[in-house]
Amino acid sequence: MDGELILVLSGVTCRYPDAPRDSLVGVSLEVRAGEFHAVLGPNGSGKTTLVRAALGLVRRVAGRAEILGRPAGDWSRRELARVVGVLPQREDNLFPQRVRETVLLGRYPHLSLLGGMGANDRAAVERALVACDTADLADRWLWSLSGGEYQRVRLARALAQEPRLLVLDEPTASLDLRHEMELFELVRALVDAHGLAALMITHHVNLAARFADQVLLLAEGHAVARGTPADVLTGETVAAVFQWPVVISAFEGRPQMIPLRKKENRP
Amino acid sequence: MKYVVLAGAALATVAAALLVGPANLPLADLLGSPIVWQLRLPRAVLAFLVGGALGVAGTSLQALVRNPLADPFLLGLSGGAGLGAVAAIALHVPGPWALPLAAFVGAVGAMALVYRLGLVGGGELDPRILLLGGVAVGALAGAITTAIVSLAEATELRNAFLWLWGGFSGASWTTVLVILAYAPLPLGVLVAAARPLDLLALGEEPAQYLGADVRRLKQLVYLAASLLTAAAVAVAGVIGFVGLVVPHVCRLVWGRLHRTLLPTAFLTGGILLAAADTLARTVVAPRELPVGIVTALLGVPVFAFLLRRWTVS
Repeated sequence: MDGELILVLSGVTCRYPDAPRDSLVGVSLEVRAGEFHAVLGPNGSGKTTLVRAALGLVRRVAGRAEILGRPAGDWSRRELARVVGVLPQREDNLFPQRVRETVLLGRYPHLSLLGGMGANDRAAVERALVACDTADLADRWLWSLSGGEYQRVRLARALAQEPRLLVLDEPTASLDLRHEMELFELVRALVDAHGLAALMITHHVNLAARFADQVLLLAEGHAVARGTPADVLTGETVAAVFQWPVVISAFEGRPQMIPLRKKENRP
Repeated sequence: MKYVVLAGAALATVAAALLVGPANLPLADLLGSPIVWQLRLPRAVLAFLVGGALGVAGTSLQALVRNPLADPFLLGLSGGAGLGAVAAIALHVPGPWALPLAAFVGAVGAMALVYRLGLVGGGELDPRILLLGGVAVGALAGAITTAIVSLAEATELRNAFLWLWGGFSGASWTTVLVILAYAPLPLGVLVAAARPLDLLALGEEPAQYLGADVRRLKQLVYLAASLLTAAAVAVAGVIGFVGLVVPHVCRLVWGRLHRTLLPTAFLTGGILLAAADTLARTVVAPRELPVGIVTALLGVPVFAFLLRRWTVS
């Protein structure tokens, strides 16, 4: 059974002002509730632009983007933040703050101008803290957290928005193995347990293949392939996209990539 | 609870301002004395309002330019106000309101110029260019001011400089009423922007993902905070330090969420400046110290203490 259609991109082409070429060329994507999508591709292949285009932050030259059947440009930022939770790659922490305060920011799109936090807002914050295994951290200062804890707190903030779609831009960059696996497991669990849709940009071909339902492979702004990991991640395609020789071997029914060493240097 | 404490402290500060002064009134005559009603009370109220305005303006500007070192006067407003005041004196503009009005016009002119510079990168305000543009416009205004000073009669220009650093000796009920009529609009705009300002501290893109209309927010906050500062400089001259330190003190004590921060910064700024002004006019009576000196002498130790407590915890 197919879940509700959350995000549709159709033939989306984008170009930043003054850029010599399009950052995204005719890319299409369909994300449904209960699906975990991974976006793979080398640096500069348009992964982050894809997210910005989907959420109406960069102007589209061509194509359409719809969220819950409504054009992305018609949503106010506030309405959109009630439906889509985003973990951007970079953010600042200008002034010291505690974990609970940070997660509380996720309720802002739901609050009225004059109203305060209600019981349901506090409950949503606590649920998000528990779901991301961060309840113990609630009173800690943000700067005292490890990299893995910090990413889980940011995920909790996105969950506190009570979104239908989670967008994560390289959430495991600079995390060690355990924290990386924990984050992938957590996103998978949220998708399965809550019927969320997830769209994750990542450099981890193998983890994407293990955890995601659908993979979109981007190169120089073009969608090279889209489909299940087994269909998309063939040796030929992956080698062409990442410009490095690889072999693909199956593990637990999912394709896993092993990059090859240069012939002349091999032992 | 914190508001009760702060409001109590505010009342105590204003009451203390009524009690002390060079005239040395006996306690029994206090309530009937025109010195209290016509001089000390409007002066204390004005100092409180200006301190509050500077506290709120500083808090919002630090969040807007995302720089904890930002100060309301960093954005070129003091230079513009100084130029306006000096130009009014050099051109012999008559009337009791000439100086404040000229300073206000100068500050608003600087604000408009900096705002235009901030739009250079396209249709959206760039906070980094706002900061740089503020420094540049301040330097330009300073250069023109010095040129006027070097060409004109020195004695009358001394008045302009004294007035700019002068504090509250010219306070009256009229000035208080002008501020009471003027300040609620920019204050209201900033209070309404409290939650989006929390989000802006994360950066512009993350703030948008959490529902803030960043483009409009930056315009509104810049204009409202600058207009508050321009009014403050017009009635009281350039009083440094309040707008820089009060936001930090409040953040350290009450956290960084602007819904709490803006009201507490208003009350704390008001208390600090009303107390500083009382000291400024009493410690070397019958002469007066520039109130900015007292704000620095009072504020720095408090700030240092809080910084230490914060880094230790």
